[in-house]
Amino acid sequence: MRKLITVLFLVVLTLTFFSVSAFAEGYTVGVVVKNVGNPFMDAAGRGAEEACNELGNSFIFQGPPTPTVEGQIEIIENLIAQQVDAICITANDFDALVPVLQKAKRNDIKVVSFDSAVAPAGRDVHVNQANPELIGILQVQTIAEMIDYEGEIAILSAGATMTNQNTWIEYMKEELKNPKYENIELVTIVYGDDLRDKSYNEAMGLFKSYPNLKGIISPTTVGISATAKAITDAGLIGQVKLTGLGLPSEMAEWVHNGACEAFFLWNPIDLGYLASYVAGLLCDGAITGEAGEEFSAGRMGDYTIVEAEDGGTEVLLGPPFRFDISNIDEWKDIY
Amino acid sequence: MKPQNSLDKSSKLGSVARWELLLVILIIGVSIVNGRLSPHFWSYAGLMDALAVFLEKGFMVLPMALVLVIGDIDISVASIVALSSVVMAMSYAAGLPMALAVLVALAVGAGCGYFNGVLISRIPGLSAIIVTLAGSSLYRGIAYILLGDQAIGGFPSWYSYLAWGYVGNTSIPFIIVVFILCAVIYWLLLHRTAFGRKVYAMGNNPVAARFSGIPVAKIKQIIFTLNGLMAGMAAVFLTSKLGSSRPNIATGYELEVIAIAVLGGVSPAGGKGSIIGVCLALILMRLLRYGMGLVNVPGQVMLVIIGVVLVCVVMLPNIFGSRRRSWKKIKES
Repeated sequence: MRKLITVLFLVVLTLTFFSVSAFAEGYTVGVVVKNVGNPFMDAAGRGAEEACNELGNSFIFQGPPTPTVEGQIEIIENLIAQQVDAICITANDFDALVPVLQKAKRNDIKVVSFDSAVAPAGRDVHVNQANPELIGILQVQTIAEMIDYEGEIAILSAGATMTNQNTWIEYMKEELKNPKYENIELVTIVYGDDLRDKSYNEAMGLFKSYPNLKGIISPTTVGISATAKAITDAGLIGQVKLTGLGLPSEMAEWVHNGACEAFFLWNPIDLGYLASYVAGLLCDGAITGEAGEEFSAGRMGDYTIVEAEDGGTEVLLGPPFRFDISNIDEWKDIY
Repeated sequence: MKPQNSLDKSSKLGSVARWELLLVILIIGVSIVNGRLSPHFWSYAGLMDALAVFLEKGFMVLPMALVLVIGDIDISVASIVALSSVVMAMSYAAGLPMALAVLVALAVGAGCGYFNGVLISRIPGLSAIIVTLAGSSLYRGIAYILLGDQAIGGFPSWYSYLAWGYVGNTSIPFIIVVFILCAVIYWLLLHRTAFGRKVYAMGNNPVAARFSGIPVAKIKQIIFTLNGLMAGMAAVFLTSKLGSSRPNIATGYELEVIAIAVLGGVSPAGGKGSIIGVCLALILMRLLRYGMGLVNVPGQVMLVIIGVVLVCVVMLPNIFGSRRRSWKKIKES
């Protein structure tokens, strides 16, 4: 029996240790991320907390240990039971969260998806990173400047079936049709499947297959850092230029050694801030999530809700943020 | 010889009952703690919903108890869930009425289980862990080949009732009623039939069981088929909950299901366990997670706490048992 009491005591102790303080004034916003322990998601959480503090709302941060939709459903059920006022979610599945989020909406909970959307039926509004067209165009412009508008370039993407990467690549191809890029040739697109070793090998393969290669665009955080390492290892710094989408914390080393002069990413802190701010406004009734509504989101300025391609409505965060030698040290410790 | 045998039996029965008592005490303890920590815990509707959240795993725990009691293991169940779900969704998308598609899911599940059973029981030297490990990648692999990176949804509205509906105007989720029905059936099967006694006999001593004329291969075959069938059933309810099907659903379920069964007092070495214990373990695990969820314990910390609790609880009988035995030895000497 003594063991039993010890076990119970341990349970009580641990639960008490992690329990939160009483609910503050204002609304309660539950932020559900893809998985915990992910630096990008943690940064989004910090932004969301900042907006909650500004608006006087309580903030709950949750996510499953692994990025599964089943784990997110359990968390949403728990948030419904706690009677939160709004849920901000970055979804692990476009469709599979709709039933549980509809249940949340029946319980008068406002639903905002951000970063990775849920289907329109399950949300009030989506907060999107950035205009996909702009993401594509910026990367082409940057690589073109790096190689003086002349030479062969390649794209090293994530998986061949990734929706967001494929959309950006389409916009890149569109942009390349512009006459000012007439001396640039896109020779191939390869896929590193967001695995470090595979991306690294694909990059090495590019150097072999295309000896005259001048530049690589890698619109994925895993791909760009693997490519930067490949460029460094192959001694091609300065000969093969690199840009794309990357995490400052992973890229700082490669910016300093010159393997990657500049890259982009939206700011996850701002993304979380905007999503959580929108959630607060929805709770207030200041906005309802209809297209055409205008609002002011604290330090981020003014926004308008627009129609999204998936049939719902969305708010666009703005152009992606450019990282280079001038600002990388400020950001590398943040995410 | 005879009296000693009966003594053994009575002590075994005693240990099963004690285990269940322990689980009940833990459930009460966890509930009290939860109630203290969160004002939202003691809500009837909330508790009902909380229990319903992972009951599809409950369907898989029941037959898994049988698999463990005969001393085998099945780690392919999560993949069977995925394959059943994908095939069901595809047959619906191909024009089959949803009710028939549900039957297809059950048939696919049972078929996979049957296939496992054939390999394990008919081919000498193939152990269940190897066969089901292979099955685990085989079934999910097929699901990926069939559906790739796609999702299929748009099922009729009555189908979402399975996972989200309530009985009449009460706040009792439909899935709980179905689960209780299944639990009763499995309880009868394991504890009130000759089949159940043969299952225990096989788990206690497979060699003796074979020599006393128990159709060991046939019973294994039946148990693995049942395990597949229930995985198909879990697929039906899980797909209803998600509203769509994908090849990556139910990832990692097999470990949770086995953990719950072991927490319920089922010995992975075979021969020991009860359906009531398994159901209590299911409730205990759920209340633990629900309580931590209500006070927003971070996901990774939750995993650690559950792991610690699991180890502590499963260690208890060993500590008690060895202490009692050593006491006995001291007394005897």
